[in-house]
Amino acid sequence: MATQATTSTSDFIKNLGRMYGTYTGGFLAFIILLAILEQVGVPNKILGYLFVFFTLAVYAIIGVMTRTAEVSEYYVAGRRVPAFYNGMATGADWMSAASFVGMAGTLFLLGYDGLAWVLGWTGGFVLVSILIGPYLRKFGAYTVPDFLSFRYGGNFARFLGVIVLVACSFTYVTAQIYGTGIIASRFLGMQFELAVFAGLVGILLCAMLGGMRAVTWTQIAQYIVLIIAYLTPIVILSTMKYGIPLPQLTYGQAIAEIAAREQQMLANGLSTAAALKPHLQPFINYSPLNFFAIIMCMMVGTASLPHILMRYFTTPSVREARQSVAWSLLFIFLLYFSAPAYAAFSKLEVYTNIIGRDLSAIRPWLFSWGELGLIQICGKNASSIDAVIAACKAIADHPGVVRLQDFVINTDVIVLSTPEIAGLPYVISGLVAAGGLAAALSTADGLLLAIANALSHDIYYKMIDPNAPTIRRLTVARALLVVVAVVAAATAATKPADILAMVGWAFSLAMAGNFPALVMGVWWKRTTATGAICGIIAGFGLCLFYLVTTRYFPGAGVKYFGMTSLLNPLTGAPVVDIAKAMALPNAMESFPTLAHPLANKVGWFNLNNIACGLLGAPLGFAVIYIVSKLGREPSAEIQAYVDEIRKPRGRTVLEEKTT
Amino acid sequence: MPDSTSIKQKEEAHWRKTSRLMFTHLAIWFFFGFVIHMFVKPLNNIVIPVLGFPLGFYMAAQGSLIAFVVMLFLFAKQQDKIDREFGFAEED
Repeated sequence: MATQATTSTSDFIKNLGRMYGTYTGGFLAFIILLAILEQVGVPNKILGYLFVFFTLAVYAIIGVMTRTAEVSEYYVAGRRVPAFYNGMATGADWMSAASFVGMAGTLFLLGYDGLAWVLGWTGGFVLVSILIGPYLRKFGAYTVPDFLSFRYGGNFARFLGVIVLVACSFTYVTAQIYGTGIIASRFLGMQFELAVFAGLVGILLCAMLGGMRAVTWTQIAQYIVLIIAYLTPIVILSTMKYGIPLPQLTYGQAIAEIAAREQQMLANGLSTAAALKPHLQPFINYSPLNFFAIIMCMMVGTASLPHILMRYFTTPSVREARQSVAWSLLFIFLLYFSAPAYAAFSKLEVYTNIIGRDLSAIRPWLFSWGELGLIQICGKNASSIDAVIAACKAIADHPGVVRLQDFVINTDVIVLSTPEIAGLPYVISGLVAAGGLAAALSTADGLLLAIANALSHDIYYKMIDPNAPTIRRLTVARALLVVVAVVAAATAATKPADILAMVGWAFSLAMAGNFPALVMGVWWKRTTATGAICGIIAGFGLCLFYLVTTRYFPGAGVKYFGMTSLLNPLTGAPVVDIAKAMALPNAMESFPTLAHPLANKVGWFNLNNIACGLLGAPLGFAVIYIVSKLGREPSAEIQAYVDEIRKPRGRTVLEEKTT
Repeated sequence: MPDSTSIKQKEEAHWRKTSRLMFTHLAIWFFFGFVIHMFVKPLNNIVIPVLGFPLGFYMAAQGSLIAFVVMLFLFAKQQDKIDREFGFAEED
């Protein structure tokens, strides 16, 4: 019986290439079929539905087929996912709505400064591989708090680990579900709140029955969809414009054209010097300090996010864990080195096909986004041609053509609307929507699983009922998954902030809470339990304090904690007049909206709150070092375990009951 | 049965080599992640022939990313070699 199971497993692994090859071919055939349907006159709305439902159905089928009742399958996919495929799954896990939908938009808006995000979200994998990931694999944990508990003497450290995990993953998953809502509301014409819950059902179908095992095989399928969807529009655009299907190389010319067009717009009065931010000029949106702070926080955050680290628990060996990190980054790189091309092409399209056009000649694609409030012209939602003309008439001396300062586009729209901007057939738009949905769903799956696993494995099984039978453990895990998902969706439906900011917070929180304790735990045997616990509390606490104060209690931050206004990176002047703002009646308001004059605009050392990890992590390291030095060194037993973690050979340190 | 002191020595030598590899890669990571981008303005004066990218922009958009990918494959190989040298690698 046992041998039979092993043979069928290795057959399964051997057939992976053929399975996913067939799947990719089938997906391409499906796109061609829809393209034909479009030509014979099937309406766009139906095509959009077909795309979304077909892909969702495939994920759900994979999810149901790979359901499992085994604990090690549920938590770590049986530890037999090959490096290459785990890399692909990590790619999908990693690339979220913020990467797929938001990244190119950010680059569109910020130009060079936006590259801080591109760098930050790739370089971190170097840290994962050299500092943490393979060691946790050797340790044999199911969750990150598992390691903290074992290394730092018990359930208090585990509990802190769970708090950090839930704080960062929950912030992050809210952003994903929000992204799902934007895509579904645009393409299915659903109400935003309804769309959020529809996306949720898709997520649950993948993750609930099969845990890590189902999520892994679904994420690979999602990676294939998302990368095809991301690359197709720009490959076509690049071929149309420059005759070469390699947008990553040809957008150098697009950048040069943008720079020329920028000069032209200034000369023609289509833009003022104040409204125009030259695409290539560094440090006009972020000061150099904030630019490098964002890079550092995103990189270190990468190496601290539990849903990423736990992907490397699923490989068959430590060696494959390392190779798998390399494959992950390669697959992620394919999207990230294309994002700046996206930004450049769509900026060129906007600058040449929208700015400078007569108001009555505005192309109609824009209005469907305008209706959602995502594109504004002359300060009003561009919902129809009459609305635009009326809005611009209200502005004194308006020349009757769209000027740069009249045009406001939400960054989330850039990728989703690029095919329409370029006049490509609707089937490409549907494809992009399906890709964006895949990106948001795959990340949400990974995050929800991380949260639910921490609650079911760490809190329920390890802390409340260590004797719980397998069936009950898995039932609790599934029930918690649903509860967390519903709470996250309810939070997302309130639209708390933009996607990028929420994701940035998640990284900083993870960095401050996890990184010092994880790195010191592996690399410095002398680290004591007390030291680590104090370090987590101090680092995470400071980061959270900075974040919450600057966003939700800015008045108190100024009054009691000596915070000052952030500075304009270009001029160096304060962005708000603190004295004036503090005199306003709402200065001390708690939990204000983003419209509050001080919210997100105050801080220490001119540091953006996205980068609060830069305050927390160094403090965490310092506290761990000092407190550890003051205490007695850890027991010989613990130190011997650290030696074991450092050697790939041999059994895992932690052995879990699997049945 | 090797005695425990020789195992201890092997462990220490293995960890010394591993640490050295870690610091080397950390330094390269820091260079491509931060140092080179501090010189973006002077680097932008150099334009890559044919493609037309200013070099400073290119390094942040693609150059450093390629360096990270190459580093990771290289690191996996190098660390595996160290593990094998001391007999701490897993069986194939």
